[in-house]
Amino acid sequence: MNELTPPSFNPPSGAQVRAVHDAFHGDLLEVSMGPHHPSTHGVFRMMVTLDGETIVKLKPVFGYLHRNHEKLGENTTYLSSMPYTDRLDYLNSMTNNWAYALAVEKLAGQSVPERAEYLRVILAELTRLLNHTCLAGFLLQDCGASGTPLMYAFREREKILDLFEALSGSRMMCNYQRFGGCRVDPSPEWLTAAQSLTDGYGRFLDEYESLITQNEILMARTQGVGVLSPALAVSAGVTGPMLRATGVNYDLRKVDAYGFYPRFPFRVPLGDHGDTYDRYMIRILEMRESITILQQAFRTLPSGPIIDPKAKLRGFRPKPGEAYGRIEGPKGEIGFYLISDGSPNPYRYRVRPPSLVNLTILEDLCLGQTLADAVIILGSIDIVLGEVDR
Amino acid sequence: METLEHLRDRLATAFPRSEVVIVNNPSPSAQHSLLISADHARVIARHLRDEADLQFDYCSNVTGIDWPEKEIIETIKPAQTDPAGGAAVGTEQKIKRLQPGYLEVVYHLYSMALGHGPVILRLRTLNRADRVELPSLTPVWRSCEFQEREIFDLFGVLFSDHPDLRRILMWDEFKDHPMRKDYVEPDDYEWEPTPHGPVLAKAKVHYAALTPVAAAALGTTPASSSAPAPMSTPGPIASPAGGPAIALPLAVETPPITKAPATAQSPTLNPAAPSAAPRP
Repeated sequence: MNELTPPSFNPPSGAQVRAVHDAFHGDLLEVSMGPHHPSTHGVFRMMVTLDGETIVKLKPVFGYLHRNHEKLGENTTYLSSMPYTDRLDYLNSMTNNWAYALAVEKLAGQSVPERAEYLRVILAELTRLLNHTCLAGFLLQDCGASGTPLMYAFREREKILDLFEALSGSRMMCNYQRFGGCRVDPSPEWLTAAQSLTDGYGRFLDEYESLITQNEILMARTQGVGVLSPALAVSAGVTGPMLRATGVNYDLRKVDAYGFYPRFPFRVPLGDHGDTYDRYMIRILEMRESITILQQAFRTLPSGPIIDPKAKLRGFRPKPGEAYGRIEGPKGEIGFYLISDGSPNPYRYRVRPPSLVNLTILEDLCLGQTLADAVIILGSIDIVLGEVDR
Repeated sequence: METLEHLRDRLATAFPRSEVVIVNNPSPSAQHSLLISADHARVIARHLRDEADLQFDYCSNVTGIDWPEKEIIETIKPAQTDPAGGAAVGTEQKIKRLQPGYLEVVYHLYSMALGHGPVILRLRTLNRADRVELPSLTPVWRSCEFQEREIFDLFGVLFSDHPDLRRILMWDEFKDHPMRKDYVEPDDYEWEPTPHGPVLAKAKVHYAALTPVAAAALGTTPASSSAPAPMSTPGPIASPAGGPAIALPLAVETPPITKAPATAQSPTLNPAAPSAAPRP
C-alpha cells in the first residue's frame, strides 16, 4: 500500500452478533480516551468511535505537553539546548544527547576521540536496555497485570539509573554528551559496576521471560493484535523496533554505521508478523544483543581523552550551513536538523521525534480491534509524550 | 547512489518543464539539497519513490523554515565613462534591496530498500502572507501526515490535498503560527472568555458605586457615577484581611463570548486582561 487509501473496516466475526430488537442498534459511540487515562503513558488523547466494542475510527489528539521545544532551541545557544534534549524522551536522555551532539558535530565538522565514542555506545546501549525493560513492564501493565511485572522491570531500571546518577549526577536528565566528546570520564569503579550489571542482565531477562513470554494471557491478548504490514510501516516512516517487528531490516546502527558500531558484531532481530507480540519479542531480543555489544565495549574500552581538546563549548559558533544527524534511539530514528547562520544560536533547530511519527499508523492498527486492544497497541508503539508534543 | 548533479539532470530530463536547482550547503556536513518547483513536487516525489535504482521509500524528516524578508545592502560601482576621454571611473553606490521572504519545507528522503540517502528536497512558498500553498506529499509518503500538520500549525504553510489538515500541537482556536520568526507572544495566554464576564462587569459597577469609606478601605477612589472607570484607576487592591494584594481584572465592557484573541498583533482587543494591568 503505497498510496494513501482509506483503511478498510473488517470487524472480527464475533462483532457481528447483535441483538435484533436493540434500541441502540447501529448507533456509534464516541469515547474520548485521555488525556488523563493511565494507559496513555502521559497526556495523550484518543478520540475513539466505537461500534459496540469495536473501533471504527480513532483520531489521536496531541499537544497537551507542547512547549515549543524547537523555538526554545532557536532562542538559546547550541550548548544550552543540550539539557533541553533530556526532556524530549525523558526515559532516554543519553540517546537524545547523542543525536543532538552528532548533528552539531556534523554541522561543525568536529571529531570525537575514541574513548568518547566507546562511552557513547556503552551509554546508548544501557539506555536501550532501560527503555525496553520499561516497555516490557508497561505492556504487561496495560494487559492488566497490575504491579508485579512492572515492578520487576523497574527494579532493573533502577540499577541502570543508579549508574547514570553516579556518572552524570542525575538519574534521568543526564546532560552527558558534549560536542566533540563526553562530559565526565567514568571511574574504574563505575566501569566495574556497569560491567557486572551487564553480565547479570541476561539472568534478569531469563527470569522475566520465563514468567512472561510464554504466558497464555499475554499470547492471547497480543498475538494477531494490531498487525502492521511492512509496506505501510515503510511508507509511514515507522522506525525502530516497531519497524523491525514487521520484518524490515533497517537499523541505523548498521545502515549509517555511526559511532563505533561497526566495531561490534551484533545481530538485528527481525519479526515475522508485525503484531503486538512480535513487537514485545523484538525488544527482548534487542536487549540480548545490547548485552553482547556492551560486553564487547567494556572488554575493549581504550584509555585516552574523552573530549576533543579543540572542541569549543562556550562561544561556539558554527559556520553557516545545515546538517541532519540521526541515530537509532530505543524508540526509532531520532534526528536533529540544524541550520546555522553563523550566530551563537541555531537559526533552525528541529527534532525528528520517533514517537510522533510512529503514531501515524495508530488508527490503522486499531481499526477493527476492541477498545481494550487499543490500550495494548498504544503501549507496544512505545511513546513518550515529552517527545511527541515537544 | 549517483551524485546529486546526476540526480538533478535526470529529474530535469524526466520533467523538462520543472525547475530543479541544487542548493549548496557550505557546512562540513555537505548535505546539499534539491530545490524543486511546487507544481512538479508530487510527480518528482513519486518518481524518486518508484524508480528502481532510487527507491526513496522512506521520508524521514519533514520540517519548515521561515525566511522573513530581508533588507540587503549591495555595494555596486557603476562604470561611468569619463567625458574627457580617460579611463572609466566609478563611485561606490549602496543600493538597498528588499529580498522577499518565503516559507520553506524540507523533506529528508532515505531508501530503506537500497540503504542510501539522504536526498533533501526543498519547496518554497511564494511569500509569507497569502501565497503559502504547497502540494502535500502525504499521498506519496504517509509519514508526512503528522509532520505536515505540524508545519501548517507552527509555520502556516497550507498543504493542498492533505487528508486531514488541522492544527496538531496548538489548540484549534489559536490564531498565529508560533515558529515564525516575527511571532510575538501574547500578553496573556491563559485568558479566554468565560461565562463570568457579566459577573466581572457587575463587580465593576459595584466598585464604581462604593462609598468613600469603603473605597478608602479598599484603596480605590470612588467614582461619582456609574460611568465606566478608566482602565488605569484600580491598582492592586489591598485585601481587607491584610493578605496579598489582589488585582481584579476590571472590564470596561462585558467581554464578548467569542474566540480568544490570541494574536499578538491585537493584545488590546482583550478587555479583561489589559496589558497594563498588574498580574496577581
